[in-house]
Formats: sequence, structure tokens, C-alpha cells
Amino acid sequence: MRLEPREHTPLAARLLAPVAAVAAALALCALLVAWTGAPVLRAYGLLLEGAAGSRFALTETLTRATPLILTGLAAAVAFRAKLWNIGAEGQLYMGALVAVVLGGGMLDLPAWLLLPTVMIAGAAAGGATLLGPAVLKVRFGVDEVVTTLLLNFIVLLLVSMLLEGALKDPMGMGWPQSAPVVEAAELPKLVERTRLHTGLLVALGLSALLWLIDTRTIWGYENRAVGANPRAAAFAGMPVTRVMLRTALLSGGLAGLAGVIEVCGLKGYLTLDLSPGFGYSGIVVAMLAQLHPVGVVGAAVFIAGIFVGADAMSRAMPVPNYIADVLVATSLLCMLVAGLLTRYRLRRG
Amino acid sequence: MTSPPIVLRLSGITKRFGPLVANDSISLTLHKGEVLALLGENGAGKTTLMNILFGHYVADEGSIEAFGQPLPPGSPRAALAAGIGMVHQHFTLADNLSVLDNIAVGTESLWRPRSDRAAAKVKLLDLARRFGLEVRPDALVGDLSVGERQRAEILKALYRDARVLILDEPTAVLTPQESASLFDTLRRLTADGLAVVFISHKMNEVFAASDTVAVLRGGRLVATRNTAETDREELAELMVGRALKPPTPTPLEPGEPVLTLSGVTVASGHGRPLLDAVDLTVRRRQIVGIAGVSGNGQTALAELVSGLIHPDSGTMALKGEAAGNASPAEMVRRGVARIPEDRHAAGLVGAMAVWENLIAERYHDPAFQRFGLIRRGAARAYAEEVIAAFDVRCPGPDARTQLLSGGNMQKLILGRTLAHGPDLILASQPTRGLDVGAVSYVHGRLLEARAAGAGVLVISEDLDEILALADGITVAYHGRLTPVLPHGRVSVRQLGLLMAGHWEILPEIVGEGVP
Repeated sequence: MRLEPREHTPLAARLLAPVAAVAAALALCALLVAWTGAPVLRAYGLLLEGAAGSRFALTETLTRATPLILTGLAAAVAFRAKLWNIGAEGQLYMGALVAVVLGGGMLDLPAWLLLPTVMIAGAAAGGATLLGPAVLKVRFGVDEVVTTLLLNFIVLLLVSMLLEGALKDPMGMGWPQSAPVVEAAELPKLVERTRLHTGLLVALGLSALLWLIDTRTIWGYENRAVGANPRAAAFAGMPVTRVMLRTALLSGGLAGLAGVIEVCGLKGYLTLDLSPGFGYSGIVVAMLAQLHPVGVVGAAVFIAGIFVGADAMSRAMPVPNYIADVLVATSLLCMLVAGLLTRYRLRRG
Repeated sequence: MTSPPIVLRLSGITKRFGPLVANDSISLTLHKGEVLALLGENGAGKTTLMNILFGHYVADEGSIEAFGQPLPPGSPRAALAAGIGMVHQHFTLADNLSVLDNIAVGTESLWRPRSDRAAAKVKLLDLARRFGLEVRPDALVGDLSVGERQRAEILKALYRDARVLILDEPTAVLTPQESASLFDTLRRLTADGLAVVFISHKMNEVFAASDTVAVLRGGRLVATRNTAETDREELAELMVGRALKPPTPTPLEPGEPVLTLSGVTVASGHGRPLLDAVDLTVRRRQIVGIAGVSGNGQTALAELVSGLIHPDSGTMALKGEAAGNASPAEMVRRGVARIPEDRHAAGLVGAMAVWENLIAERYHDPAFQRFGLIRRGAARAYAEEVIAAFDVRCPGPDARTQLLSGGNMQKLILGRTLAHGPDLILASQPTRGLDVGAVSYVHGRLLEARAAGAGVLVISEDLDEILALADGITVAYHGRLTPVLPHGRVSVRQLGLLMAGHWEILPEIVGEGVP
């Protein structure tokens, strides 16, 4: 067997690739489900019901999808420029940190001013966190995979230190958590008596905005050229370094905003378990979406549905909800294979 | 007289890449002691055919027999075992190993605790003596000249007892003298009973070295001839499919200087500088050709004039104004049309549309953007114009650039740069990898621009190209440039000597040049 490059990838193949990858992942994970002794079809049925079977299930899935859209966009934007940002998790916590500091009573502003301020500041914090590794990459060729990944641990330890110290909520019964943000810094609910909040609209708006920037502006034009062929872009006179740094600010900013929105829309305060790995899952979301900003929305909803549905399923039958992590990881692997097959064809001999 | 035994028989080889038929039922035979030249334009299928023979590709149809035995497809190991050796166009040697290690690597089992270097060295030196392939077995490959590397590659094949040697465009990187010595070697090899296939698109080499010539065109074998019974005109017509006449530059009076380099040095960070105190002037209505073996500073010179790097000392001026620190964008603004050496890697973004590549150097122009929004309609319309004016064969402005052929990519770059009446044109390897038709198109456009008043700097490893175009020729060697020698006052032999670093002959040429 050998791989030969395709001259042309039909649009249908690009659209079908994630569907096929997910189907393959579900089929592979069926083996694990069967191993627990549970009936596979019923397990997947419960998973689907738990993810989309009711108004409650749907709002839960969308609530879960909101930060994933943002971290997915963060990964997509960076990866398109071949800036391998693995640090969205840390950037998310930096954004959340700024949200509880500024939104926790430090700024006394009306809601219409406070929320945007907190969001912009949180995004700036996330962007600044990625700027360092990006500068090291463009100036000295330091591998950003290593620096951004390790920065995650530094940020988490910083947050841990602050939650045990300066930011610890005096009313928190000794738990390592921050004081809640003031009411003016809370994102309004989108649907009454559910957890779904207007952060979803922010995420959807940004997805559309990024798509427009990508296709309609000279910014997006430069980004695509630098991402696809930095040497040709530099030769043609494009500011490659500036584009890379701009991309870093944007990607880190999106991840930071995910942290702000999780705090201001859902949790209200900061704990060390604010994110169950949204930063890392964002990478899977971006890959499933083939780095397309609009595709990210669909991929994020899918991944969120797996997590939410697996929780519901594990309550009804003896399949641990870890199956969600396995499913998501398997989807990523299958997507990488599917992506390969859209660019190459397999030949025998 | 009985003809010598057949060592290699290719029957009905067909290979498709998607819709492209790279080889269309090609059948060939090679006899013991024969040198077969495989002649054809780029894209005619020569390299594909040899890659099938050597097992890099698997043919869709057809079979290969070596020394009477069928050769299993798709296995370079089987090809080596059958006595077929290949010297690739791009050498496959490790720079950080010695010649001996490079040659011996892969010939011994990995499980052997230590290799028998002494015996390997004896065998290597014996081969080198027999075939006149002088090498230093203990030198690091990274320190060798290109000619030496090629000898090491040939020895590597011989060391593995190759009886059939395939050479892919072996002279592309050699000086004329080195090529002559290569052809000497080939004669010694065939006298010893080896058979050689060499791939070429240069006519004079075919006559210098081959016994038989097979001409490929568009994936088909169009003719096989005894070299002694054919001539250039016949082969050229077979290769191209029609008669071609070369462009004839009309003499023009050069105008004021558009590019002036004085004492330009560019450091390399280690050892010898990339450019060493280079002086060069290009005037309007003049084509200056830079000849030289690759790796003698041509790339640095091109990057300098492109605005990608800047002089460490010395000055560069455009139309009399300093331009040493100009960025690529500023060079474009100041009227420099830049044709890069590697159009895939540096010239075009293959994943983007044709129109997007056409505006890449001037997307800030208000014609193409307003408030940062791209005026797609205007950009597409502009692209349509350039596509028509420069005869770019593509489905339209929205086609993805990587689907274009090499010649059309080059026309795209010409359209992007020449459409704006440049003062200076930098053309790096402007016709590398192009077919004969595209070559004459590119040359015609460069001559047109010269007539319109532009100064042209042509950097090419193809001496024939320089000779066909240039009004003045300078030779690059070790980062230095000879004075510009007027075309017609310097012979090919002298250029070859200069390319090999024998600058002591310069006074005799320059002396001849003084009226």
C-alpha cells in the first residue's frame, strides 16, 4: 500500500471527512462499550438522548459548546498560521483570572460598560500569554509547542497560588476559590431557568466575524498567505513577523475570552476546575472543523454533545463517562486519517 | 557482428497520475556497453520512467526485465540486487558523513557489531582507480564540490555492483569541464561492460556522450535513433513536436544605470561570506547574465536584490538612490520586478487562487482594497486581464494555483511583475524546469522588457540561457563576481574556466576586451 497525492480534493470529500471520522470513532468505541457488558446501541441511544433529547439536554450541550467554540477558534486561527498553540488552557485561565479580579468588585461600572471591559481585558491577558512564546518563535526559533504547553502548568500553578492566597474568597468556607464576580459582570441568561447564557451569541458572532475577516479583508488575506507559504508571503512583501504576532494575540485572546465567558456566564467565580480541558478539546474541535471558523461551531457542538450525553448515559448504565474522553480522542485520530485520505489516495502495490 | 546482449527490457510501461498520463506504454531495450540518452522536455516523463525502473513508483501497466529476469515492481532493493544503480538529480548523500561511510551505508547488515571499513576502503579505492573517479574517501561530503559529490554518488552505485547505471540530469550542476570529465567516465564504464541510461534535455550532451537516443514527448516514446545517424534539428523537432526558432536579441545602446552594487558583502555567519565585495552595474536596455555553478553566491545576490537580505557592508542603489535596506515591498514599489529562483517555494502560494497570487505584491493598492476590505471584483477583473495578456493557461482567476503547470506558474509570476513596466528585472533561474515552448516565451518577454527600457539581471545555471540572452556576462565564484564581460568576447571554454575558479585568465579576456 502506498500514498499518492491527489491533484484535486472534491468538496464532498472535505465535507464527508469529519462525518466519516466520527462514524469510525463511534464504531471503534463500540468495542469498549461492549466490553463493559452494556448493549452498544442502547448506550449510544442514551448518549444521543442525553445530548439532544430534550430542551434541557440541548441547552446543556450548547452551554458546554460555548467555551469549546472559542477555544476551537483559538486553535483554528493559530494552526492556520502554523503557530502550534497548545496553550489555550493556560490562556483560558489567564482570561478567567482577569475576569474575577476586574469583575469581582475592583471596577465599579454599569453592566453595559463593565462586561465589555472585562471581556477585552481578559482577551488581552490571554493574548499576552501567547505573545511571549510567539516572539520567542519568530525571533529565536524556539519551538512553541513546548513553550505553550509548559506555560499551561505555570498558569495553573499561578492560579492555584492566588486561589490559596490573595484571591481566596473569605466567604468560601476554606475552599480554594475566588470571590464571585459582581452582578453587573454577569452575562445575561439566554433561556430562562437553564444554564445557557448569552456567551453563546458572543462565540457565534466571533465565528462569523473571523470567517468574514478571513475571506474579505487584507488581514485575512495576509494570514492565509503567511499560513500557507510564509516564504512566498515574505517574498511578495508581506509583514510575516507582524502577521504571526497578530495571530498569536488573536488566538490567545479567543482562549482568554473563553475563560472570561465561563466565569461571567456560568460559574460566577474561579476555581481550579473551571475548565475540564477546554483548551485541549479546542484542538480536537479545530481539527474536526478542518480549521474553518464556521465549521468550528458544528464541531464544538458535537464534542460538547459527546461529553454531556456521556454524563447522562453513565448515570443510566454501567458505562463510565470516561468513554467521552476516549470518543473525543478517537475522533481526533480518525479525523487525522480522514484528512490524510482527502489529500492522498491509497494505492495498492 | 552480433549485437551485445540485452541487459534491460522495458515493455509497455504505463503510469498515470490521476488524469495525467506520465508514461504511455513505453518500451525500451538497453544493451551491454551502451549509453542510452533519454531526451525530452521537462514533463515528458523521463524521470517518471526511471523512477519506475528503480522501483520508486509502480507502473500501472507493463513489465521490466533485467538480465533476463523479471524485476519485481516497486522495490528499489530489488532493483539494486538486480544490478541497477541510480544517481539522482538531487544527491542522496549525508553531508555529515565521510564519503566512505556514505558509500558503505546500507550495504552491511545492521546486526553486525562493527563494520569492516578497511575492506570497504580498499574496494572503493580500487573502483575509483579503475574508472578514473578521483575521490577522497575520508573527506566529509559536506566539504566536497558538486562534481566530487557526483563522483561519490556514481561510486556508491558501482560499490553495490551496479551493471546498469541511471543518471538523472547529471550535468545540471556541473561546469562544462566537469561535464566532459563525466562523459569520460561514462566511456570507461561502458568499456567495462556496464550499460548507462542518462536523462537530459540538452542536445549537445546527447551528441557528446550517447550511442543511442530515445526521445520522449508528452509521456510517449516518439523515436529511437542511433546518435550517429541523427542531427540536432531532427531531435529538436521530435522533442518539441514542431520547429522552433530561438529569439534573436537586437543590439541596443544601454542607458543609465538602474542597479549599482559597490563593494557589497553579505556575511554567512560562518566562514566564507555569501557575497564578497561584489561590484555590479545593470543599465537600462541591457541584460546582464550571471553564470556560475550553483552555490557560489547567486542565491544571496538574488535575495539581496529582492530585498530579503541587506548588505553587511558596501552599498546598493536603484536608479542612483540608496536601496540597501529596502524591504521586498519597497523594492516592488521602486520598480523592481522580481522573478524568484523557486517559484513553488518562494514565488506563489499554491493553496491560494490565481487572482490572490496576482495581487500579492500590491494588495495595499487602493485599486484592490478599500478600508482593509478586498475589492474582489476589481482584483478578479485585473486577474482576467493579466491572464489574457500573459497567456496563462488556467480555468480562470479562481483556480487554485498549485494545479497550474510549471510554465503557467512562471507566466503568472511574469504577469504579476512585468505588467507594471518595471525599471529593473531580477530573473533568477527564469526557465528552470520549463519546457522549450515556455522557455522561448519567457525569453521573449525578457527581451521585450529590455527593449522597453528595463535593465535585466539574469541569474542562471544554464549557460546556454545566459549565452542566448545576455549582453554582458559575469561569473560568480565563491561569492565574488568577475567584471561584466561583453558577450561575444568570451568563449564557452573561458567561461567554464572562470566558473571553476581559474580567474588568472581574466587579464587575457579583459585585455582582449580593451579596444
